[in-house]
Amino acid sequence: MAAVTATTAGETTIREPGPLQRAGITLAHVLSHPLGAIGFVLVVLIVATALFAPWIAPYSPTAISVKERLADPSLSHLLGTDQLGRDLFSRVIVGTRTAMTVALTALSVSIAIALPLGLIAGYGPRWLDAIMILVFDSVSSLPMIMLGLAVVVLLGPGVSTVILVIVLYSVPSYARLVRTQTLSLKTRDFIKAEQVMNAGTPRILFRHLLPNVIGPLVILACLDISTVITLEAGLSFLGLGVKPQIPSWGNILSDGFAVIRNSAVPVIAGGAPLILATVGFTFFGEALRDALDPKLNPERKP
Amino acid sequence: MSATPALIEADRLSVQVPTGRLPFSQKAPLSILINVSLSIRPGEIVCMVGESGSGKTTFGRALLGLIKPSAGSITLDGAALPDFSNRSFRAVRRQAALLFQDPLSSFNPRQRIGAMIAEPRRIARSGSTRMQDIAALARQAGLSERLLARFPHALSGGQARRAAVARALSVVPRLIVADEPTAGLDVSIQGGVLNLFLDIREQHDTAFLLITHNLSVVRHVADRIVILYLGRVVESGPAAEILASPRHPYTRALLESEPVPDPARRRAEPPVIGEVPSIAARPPGCEFHTRCRHAQARCRSEAPRLADGPGDRQVACHFPLPEPQPAARGSLRLVSN
Repeated sequence: MAAVTATTAGETTIREPGPLQRAGITLAHVLSHPLGAIGFVLVVLIVATALFAPWIAPYSPTAISVKERLADPSLSHLLGTDQLGRDLFSRVIVGTRTAMTVALTALSVSIAIALPLGLIAGYGPRWLDAIMILVFDSVSSLPMIMLGLAVVVLLGPGVSTVILVIVLYSVPSYARLVRTQTLSLKTRDFIKAEQVMNAGTPRILFRHLLPNVIGPLVILACLDISTVITLEAGLSFLGLGVKPQIPSWGNILSDGFAVIRNSAVPVIAGGAPLILATVGFTFFGEALRDALDPKLNPERKP
Repeated sequence: MSATPALIEADRLSVQVPTGRLPFSQKAPLSILINVSLSIRPGEIVCMVGESGSGKTTFGRALLGLIKPSAGSITLDGAALPDFSNRSFRAVRRQAALLFQDPLSSFNPRQRIGAMIAEPRRIARSGSTRMQDIAALARQAGLSERLLARFPHALSGGQARRAAVARALSVVPRLIVADEPTAGLDVSIQGGVLNLFLDIREQHDTAFLLITHNLSVVRHVADRIVILYLGRVVESGPAAEILASPRHPYTRALLESEPVPDPARRRAEPPVIGEVPSIAARPPGCEFHTRCRHAQARCRSEAPRLADGPGDRQVACHFPLPEPQPAARGSLRLVSN
């Protein structure tokens, strides 16, 4: 959006907004949508919780207190305790950090791998594209849980294993998106112009194609954060994810499931933040996509 | 032709595109360009003229390797390109710049105009990319330097055209291929762009291949004209001679179809009849016979060859229009009256 300002001479000049201003305009668009505003608030809450988890949590999430096991919610234990007497509220708070760490690491690694792969598949020779698409399709055709099981058997459970599984799962679909974008961009005149200027392939790929494909990819990743958090919880619930002593929403759910006949509180304590995070990131991602899409937002030029 | 050696020469260049989607498909490929020969000498302005779909744009792109020719050869400074690989075309591209029909689309939407103008220098790693030098380059192309900080979408059509010219001049080319350089511009700005081209030629001895259907552009700047019809050259030669006395009926039709701003000189009959045939179903014989008012039996069965003469001229017609004689010119004027 360009602001038109009248100067003293009476002529009008058009000012380009700076990056900060641009971010502000985008945020205003996100907030103008009720679901976007809800999503934004939830995302801010979750991210802040993850950042300040050690200071918010009243107890150590791993401190075992046998005499207080399966305590009901009270003022000293807001959500009660689990079967080992660990404070559930603290585990949920620190679990937020686990979830965000896994999600953000896994998605950044996926983007970092998928971007060059997709650019090469889209811009490179046809035979290479055909091979890469075959590999992407083969990997995406494996059921997620099978893939997870195979990797866990090979490497053992842990945070890095969960991240690896998520990366293996997301790279093919991200790379496909980048490839499709690249295929349509490479026939555009500004890429042809680079070719006529004798620009090298790396320059065309990383200086001209990449900035034009990264936007949609980041939005897709933002929408995927909720899926990834659910995935981590699911793998942890099945005992394939992070180790049981590390607090994670999946582990809380899994532990709570074992004692669900005694109390529903642990299951709810593990499930509610999962639902809030999924809803928050989905709403925020969708609002962000709409705010950045020039077709849905006629005021903004591409 | 002339003593000056050609800067670039295309010899019987053809471009085909496959039609069948499957490999080994039985469908014959479509011929977009057939045996187009053209040589451009340093400092020469050659205009390629034809209707939409005549292959003008394809020729310009094939010359720079953006579309791979299927046959023929390209000679640069007397040395033929060994093949039509991207590597071979690098030699041509080092000497040439291309001005796209839509200048706006030829800029990366996420980069500022100043950066895009400096781009050829960055790629060639020669020439200054300092702000004041880029600003000087922009001024040379008639572009205000305060536009350099803008993104492409904030430019008008004329500004985008000038920005494209500034980028082309960034590393001074010996050949500029300009695809419809006046499309979408006001007449006053069209003149500005053409004068800019003449200045560039004056300063750097740059040759131009102007691809256009705008005959006033041709009249203004052309040294030589090549007329394309359905991807074939039908007539070529010095601009003044062709404009004064076209020999191919199609050329004359083109010239007559130019609107005349004078109601008293309104035409009695349309210069050409019918529609352009599809290149997927080329007419037999002379491909223009379906629209030619002079067509005879021979035209319908036998394709004319592009014959030399007189002078530098070439024409592909069994019954070329008469030589420029006073009587013939008089009758021509009668037709247009």
